[in-house]
Amino acid sequence: MRFGLTEEQEMIVTTVRRFVETEIYPHEEQVERTGEVPAEIAGAIRAKTLELGFYACNFPESVGGAGLGHVDFALVERELGRGSMALTHFFGRPQNILMACRDDQTERYLLPAVRGEKMDALAMTEPEAGSDVRAMKCSAVRDGGDWVLNGVKHFISGADHADFFIVFVATGEDQTPRGPKKRITTFLVDRGTPGFAVRDGYRSVSHRGYRNMILEFDECRLPDGQVLGEVDGGFAVMNEWLYATRITVAAMSVGRARRCFDHALGYAAERKQFGQKIGKFQGVSFQLADMITEIDAADLLTLMAAWRLDQGLPANREIAGAKLYATEMLARVTDATLQIHGGMGLMSDLPIERFWRDARVERIWDGTSEIQRHIISRELLRPLGA
Amino acid sequence: MKVLVPVKRVIDYNVKVRVRADGSGVDLANVKMSMNPFDEIAVEEAIRLKEAGKADEVIAVSVGVKQAQETLRTALAMGADRAILVIAADDVHTDTEPLAVAKILAGIVQAEQPGLVICGKQAIDNDMNATGQMLAALLGWSQGTFASGLDIEGDSALVTREVDGGLQTIRVAMPSIVTVDLRLNEPRYASLPNIMKAKRKPLEEKTAADYGVDVTPRLEIVSTTEPEARAAGIIVGSVDELVGKLKEAGAV
Repeated sequence: MRFGLTEEQEMIVTTVRRFVETEIYPHEEQVERTGEVPAEIAGAIRAKTLELGFYACNFPESVGGAGLGHVDFALVERELGRGSMALTHFFGRPQNILMACRDDQTERYLLPAVRGEKMDALAMTEPEAGSDVRAMKCSAVRDGGDWVLNGVKHFISGADHADFFIVFVATGEDQTPRGPKKRITTFLVDRGTPGFAVRDGYRSVSHRGYRNMILEFDECRLPDGQVLGEVDGGFAVMNEWLYATRITVAAMSVGRARRCFDHALGYAAERKQFGQKIGKFQGVSFQLADMITEIDAADLLTLMAAWRLDQGLPANREIAGAKLYATEMLARVTDATLQIHGGMGLMSDLPIERFWRDARVERIWDGTSEIQRHIISRELLRPLGA
Repeated sequence: MKVLVPVKRVIDYNVKVRVRADGSGVDLANVKMSMNPFDEIAVEEAIRLKEAGKADEVIAVSVGVKQAQETLRTALAMGADRAILVIAADDVHTDTEPLAVAKILAGIVQAEQPGLVICGKQAIDNDMNATGQMLAALLGWSQGTFASGLDIEGDSALVTREVDGGLQTIRVAMPSIVTVDLRLNEPRYASLPNIMKAKRKPLEEKTAADYGVDVTPRLEIVSTTEPEARAAGIIVGSVDELVGKLKEAGAV
């Protein structure tokens, strides 16, 4: 068993952490206060990421990416997780699903995304289709040689900055013994396509400045060339490319937990009450012990799941476990850090209340904790016929 | 022209250092180590000279323990072409003294014949600020210390030096030793393609004996102590009170 990182991985970690500390941290307060990322800051982060060769580092070298493996990429995401998501969004990691591009889609979407010329956003969730993806109402029907899209998507992250959208819509229904089952197709939709509008979403308690948007399709007409993958093949495209995004959430949770923990540790070692450092009280020191143990456990679970993907081993249960544990760990760590800081932890003068708020969404998006538990238990029980 | 850049593995500048129980120095076991920040500036300057077509090859060299290999990989990832590691100690707590390092570097200079050696002005661990100067003396080369500017002009170089209250520019004959100060440049991050390439770049391993240098310490560390803790401050309620307190303390 080898737990150490390679020299290359150590350098990747060092470089990304330093990048986050010097290029992201200084702008966080402004983004928190205004809920916006100024265009010049976004542009500077993108330009520096491109210059460093880290832009789209999750893509293979054959299309201009850096060809990082899953462990390497999880390390990048872990370090990025320390910083504000609104800002690290411009340390571009386009959706891997773009590897399904064919023919002229490669020139129009995949390559510009990898080169940082166009940004993408993924649209799946609908007001009535959250965890239950197949309940989606957004639909596309054949009309002449085209497709006509109607419906609404919401909670679409990155849509404010996206040039094009990867949209999942229903294109039919099959009757199965367990009831009707939607067929789903993936479309590439350019911003500005007639019949397609991007509207402001809701104000979220988590990740200010990393806005969620609403997409509206009203008789939006798309030619066949905008279908990503096969018609009715949306689930195949999802299964092939989207499973790994849950590792991203797990890895970012670990990175943010470590940053948060450093605040807890530093405060416990400095703050005096009742004539001594509060770290001398077991009520505080034992919390620190539990926090670091849980962070290490989540880190190992996450890297192990990524390692399994690199080895070509089944990893569905392990990825779900990492996502479940890391996000719930982050909730406990941010809450305990806030408690150790007392009233000051709630004040926006310190980043603690932000870590605490931001942690909340991690247990919800990219598959709720409940969905992850469902995946884990299904993997265990299904082979036993239960 | 070849440029030689000596780099030292030191305790990371973010680490809160702790004195070892026996007072022999600072605890270096299980703490994060990095390249001396002044040496990063030296590596950056050498790479810029190469990018500007004024240097053909950048050679990073480190003298110390085997783990200094990581420091050299960082230099390679920043853009140095190859590296030489001279193992001069086994224990991470053994600090090879400036004179021994300078003698080893002099041996490397004899073998490699660089036109320029760029070093950090000092290492942030023991602040000796001596190796570059000693190397210049051993080689009989010119030296420009505390450089905040460097221009190569044929067989001489213009070195801008930070001196008390201003800047001084001197012309030194090449080959030369230049030690660099904080404001010379801002070192780059290692790019991802260079990180991936670093492993494939040559890293030659040598020992102090290969250069016939005796690294036995000449200095004895008598004691190492933590700085005195700063006394707690007080919060004053008004300007009058502040002035009163300052008068009491004899500060005004």
